[in-house]
Amino acid sequence: MIQDISNADFLDIINILKLQYGYDFTGYAHASIRRRISRFMTYMRLATVFDLKHRLVNDEECFDRMVQYITVNVTEMFRDPHFYRTMREQVLPKLAAYPNIKIWHAGCSTGEEVFSMAILLEEAGLLNRSRIYATDLNPVNLEKASSGILPLNNMRDYTQNYIQSGGLNDFSNYYVARYDNVLIKKELRKHITFFQHNLVTDKVFNEFHLVCCRNVLIYFNRSLQNSVLKLFHDSLAARGYLAMGIKETMKFADIHEQFETVHVQHKIYRRKE
Amino acid sequence: MTDRYDVITIGGSAGSLAVITKILDALPPHINTPVVIVLHRLRNVRSEMSRLLSTKRTISEPEDKEPVKEHCIYLAPQNYHLLVEAERTFMLDYSELVNYSRPSIDMTFSSIADVYGEKALGILLSGANKDGAAGLCQIVAAGGMGIVQDPQTADFEVMPRSALDMCKGVKCLSVADMIRYIMGEIL
Repeated sequence: MIQDISNADFLDIINILKLQYGYDFTGYAHASIRRRISRFMTYMRLATVFDLKHRLVNDEECFDRMVQYITVNVTEMFRDPHFYRTMREQVLPKLAAYPNIKIWHAGCSTGEEVFSMAILLEEAGLLNRSRIYATDLNPVNLEKASSGILPLNNMRDYTQNYIQSGGLNDFSNYYVARYDNVLIKKELRKHITFFQHNLVTDKVFNEFHLVCCRNVLIYFNRSLQNSVLKLFHDSLAARGYLAMGIKETMKFADIHEQFETVHVQHKIYRRKE
Repeated sequence: MTDRYDVITIGGSAGSLAVITKILDALPPHINTPVVIVLHRLRNVRSEMSRLLSTKRTISEPEDKEPVKEHCIYLAPQNYHLLVEAERTFMLDYSELVNYSRPSIDMTFSSIADVYGEKALGILLSGANKDGAAGLCQIVAAGGMGIVQDPQTADFEVMPRSALDMCKGVKCLSVADMIRYIMGEIL
């Protein structure tokens, strides 16, 4: 049963996470995060909000588990295959003009979309001069992503996605399967650096030709979306690309006039000069 | 005169498509009340569902943070849960499957129950799993109205049957009566 959390309780919990652990969830969209906190309480068998607060104040491990639980860590390779086809056909040829290509995957979760991008770059002959910086706020995700290990049983779906994205190779060339897992090949992974970065609190750390941030902003409210889009704008070189999730939109953002639209359905934008 | 409901939300799975079309086509062209439809759909396959559902009405798949507007009919996009926020804007959510489904009817119904309370009308149609039952009960518990398609008239009865089993206060109607009820409560 989902527990009802009052607004005051919710703000209390958010405050503990912020003051004690430095993670700021204030700007997260309430509909989703309140539901997830309440599911976490059920999972931890905490009967009341008081119990949750008590645990959070006294038990750091409870906090670690909570971050893992309330943040959404769902992802897949070549998610929205037609988006990847557009990247292949319209964006990568433009990136090819740069001697060194710098890409930021913000909110990369366990890395599936980052590996997909590496495959795209490899097939366009660009991987050798590309560097992908992949960041997430959740250290458990980053550890998984860095290992390059994915469950085998998803690979059938991913292969379908890959083919739909316009991939012409044998998808199994990109990994080695062993028991119930696969290992993404080292040649792809060596161009990727995974590290922790929190979109809410951390700042610009480099200049990029492409920022990919797909299905991350949906969990934020309008005002946090505005500030993160500003961060992306400031992290992009002039004429650099921004790729969002296909149901995310720039149109409600303060900064939308600083971007031009490259592909309206696939939510690919480009920073103006 | 104001409408009894501020939102109508309809959930369905296997066997519900024709019923939804029937309901949509029966609605007056200028219905004020927004309609939010959640259907179980395939993932990562291009789908023309919004056109398939009705040739007479424009149905749109909302984008994140879009306001829930009067006169509009919305369909939950493939592969996302569709929630409504307190300020009556849509929020999309790409979290785990719920009841093996994304979009999950429970997720949408439950957020609509939170936001709209007694101003929500929820309708659960034919389907082969229990997604939507708990959400419909939440709409009823929040003071809204919950209706299920009479299981005897549904191609797959599990979905409406689960809601009837799960809580009291859910109305069980034939499709024709359902349409009559909606028409009586909206402008």
